[in-house]
Amino acid sequence: MTISTSYAAAHQHDQPGSFWTRYVWSQDHKVIAIQYSLTAIFVGLVALVLSALMRLQLGFPGQFSFIDSTHYLQFVTMHGMIMVVYLLTALLLGGFGNYLIPLMVGARDMVFPFLNMLSYWTYLLSVLVLLASFFVPGGPTGAGWTLYPPQAILPGTPGSGAGILLMLISLAIFIVAFTMGGLNYVCTVLQARTRGMTLMRMPLTVWGIFVATILGLLAFPALLVSAVMMFLDKTVGTSFFMPVIMSMGEQLDYSGGSPILFQHLFWFFGHPEVYIVALPAFGIVSDILATHARKNIFGYRMMVWAIVAIGGLSFVVWAHHMYVSGMNPYFGFFFATTTLIIAVPTALKVYNWVLTLWQGNIHLTVPMLFAIGFIFTFVHGGLTGLFLGNVVVDLPLSDTYFVVGHFHMVMGVSPVMVLFAAIYHWFPKVSGKLLHDGLGKLHFWGTFIGTYLVFLPMHYLGFLGVPRRYYAISGTDFIPESAQSLNSSITVAALVVALMQLLFIANLIISLRWGKTASANPWQATTLEWQTPQTPPAHGNFGPQLPTVYRWAYDYSVPGARDDFIPQNLPDSAVVIDDAQAYAKAGQ
Amino acid sequence: MSGQVDNSAEAKGWHSVVNDWAADQRTFRVSWGKLMMWIFLLGDTFIFSIFLISYMTVRLSATDAWPNASQVFELVVFGHTVPLFLIAIMTFILITSSGTMAMAVSCAYRKQKKLAVYLMLATAVLGASFVGMQAFEWSKLIADGVRPWANPMGAAQFGAAFFMITGFHGLHVSAGVIYLLVVARKLSRGDYDQRGYEIVEISGLYWHFVDLVWVFIFAFFYLW
Repeated sequence: MTISTSYAAAHQHDQPGSFWTRYVWSQDHKVIAIQYSLTAIFVGLVALVLSALMRLQLGFPGQFSFIDSTHYLQFVTMHGMIMVVYLLTALLLGGFGNYLIPLMVGARDMVFPFLNMLSYWTYLLSVLVLLASFFVPGGPTGAGWTLYPPQAILPGTPGSGAGILLMLISLAIFIVAFTMGGLNYVCTVLQARTRGMTLMRMPLTVWGIFVATILGLLAFPALLVSAVMMFLDKTVGTSFFMPVIMSMGEQLDYSGGSPILFQHLFWFFGHPEVYIVALPAFGIVSDILATHARKNIFGYRMMVWAIVAIGGLSFVVWAHHMYVSGMNPYFGFFFATTTLIIAVPTALKVYNWVLTLWQGNIHLTVPMLFAIGFIFTFVHGGLTGLFLGNVVVDLPLSDTYFVVGHFHMVMGVSPVMVLFAAIYHWFPKVSGKLLHDGLGKLHFWGTFIGTYLVFLPMHYLGFLGVPRRYYAISGTDFIPESAQSLNSSITVAALVVALMQLLFIANLIISLRWGKTASANPWQATTLEWQTPQTPPAHGNFGPQLPTVYRWAYDYSVPGARDDFIPQNLPDSAVVIDDAQAYAKAGQ
Repeated sequence: MSGQVDNSAEAKGWHSVVNDWAADQRTFRVSWGKLMMWIFLLGDTFIFSIFLISYMTVRLSATDAWPNASQVFELVVFGHTVPLFLIAIMTFILITSSGTMAMAVSCAYRKQKKLAVYLMLATAVLGASFVGMQAFEWSKLIADGVRPWANPMGAAQFGAAFFMITGFHGLHVSAGVIYLLVVARKLSRGDYDQRGYEIVEISGLYWHFVDLVWVFIFAFFYLW
């Protein structure tokens, strides 16, 4: 088997004939990436609407008759699950992973294009099954996104009939889809790089996506197994997770199961999942910061090893989500320690981002604004994570809004900031059009300030002891009246943030239709995807000849060179040098 | 500024290891398909490990007594009760099938296509008979009153875990039988004559994996 399919062979697929084979049943990684992205953004908008409905109830309790407590719990659950799995995971790996991996490592496509296509259609099926649960009797599950048994499958919890079953089936289908895509990403990165593209020359975006995919392939099995077991508990009446239990005054047939087992399995998936979302974001933001600060990424090797170390450590911290479930103190000590250790490589990355900006030639473009915004929100969410990683601090805070503020900052807002940065950054390559700059800046400031207005006060609500997941908190003695005022203001801010996202969608559509045509390399970036002969890249990506890579991805502002960037595929002999002495001194 | 990375051939120690792994174009000297199968099996290992760990956990948490495996799985042969008789045969068959599979791979690489096809068919037949005997064992247990939700001999989790894990493994074996038959048919038709017969080894990897998993299920379910 040859490593690069010949261009002639690739070219045969270039004219696959009909609209259907080219845009629907396409095996081209770029088309699949766009399909993944559009589907993920669509379900993301559904989840955004759900969060707006939750905020309406919390900010103005009882004012909206169509939001009762049952619906509220269902909104919480579906919002969480959609955002974490069906939006963030799918968009970062299925969308950006698919689009960027072959282009950035210099491959013509993923190594198994048919499997890749199958991955998207399976993902779409999982989304449809998930959305179908809105229309079944009893509605979608309201068990919370963690789906803890016994309550998830017992009457009294909303959607404990068809809703929870559809959720479990949808997750299982999603895992199948992810596995097919993930095998592709890993094999492509390992085996299909172009000449000169060593692993240590890969852009950090590819590193982040690569390690995140490995995490996914090893973490999703835990979710699959727990979904299978809970499905059996619900349908055939096994007792994997179900102890002896009374429900609605009756003793049920369950006995001897372990609800804690589910929590372990769920979080053995759930914690790596945080990094499945975070690592691609780390990688992407590194590349965007370097490109728009016209400076090489600070400590490239450290950044790579930090990604790998975070990925490894993420498998041994899961029980920090379960401190309130109760555990052996030594066990808690172990998980608190590993949790705090993970802060070391993470902090290292943050320092390196800041040092990349230091003395850089910073261009405050829209992608750069979002990338810098990410540093703020991520530091913020990361620091509160240090609080929650300690058992004694976690216990009183765990069931309060402090946790809501923390994880929305660190794995909600932060990856979403990177997603926006990435969309603004790569949209010119994907569509050939530039996004509107003014609308983009408005979108950034509205989102950045808006999310702070939403999530910063939540930390304070948490200190007050306002419990999370509750439908209404009125009439609770220890919570002061002012908490309600704060909640109302959070709701107003949340609605503004939601409107800002509509502005973003409008920007996408307007720019696609009437936007300025983008040049091949509008940001003057070094990585291979900007060096394609066509924009957007044609099938086969690189024309008749695959590029050869001569340097790492971060040759920005090299002393002595005329241009402030040297593309990865430019040989040393072709670099225009103004000051040979400075150039030589820089180690070239 | 690739000067950050010591890519030179003189790189020593840790650096040379990194350089070997990070070399351009490909990390492992294997084809795409084989690497994909290895990575898939790594993920599948996690699935079965988690199944087995969950089984151990519910075995500890179960409030009723756990049945004695050698009594549950005994078989009356010519008037003698032999513990684990059927399982021993099933295990023997599956391990034999790994042997025929290994021979098929060897034949394929020696271009003995016809022999490879026959050996793959033999492997598939052995696999199918394993599934058949598993179905027989299931029916026997069901006749004894064991159900996923109840078990006259003790803890309900015994039946639940048994049916779930052997069922999941049985699905893997059945899928493997179909996979082997498809590959054997394409092999005999000459579909791989141009590309080489590596596909036989790739399907063999899957088959050996399914066997290996059975060894663990056997050890944890029947011998513990």
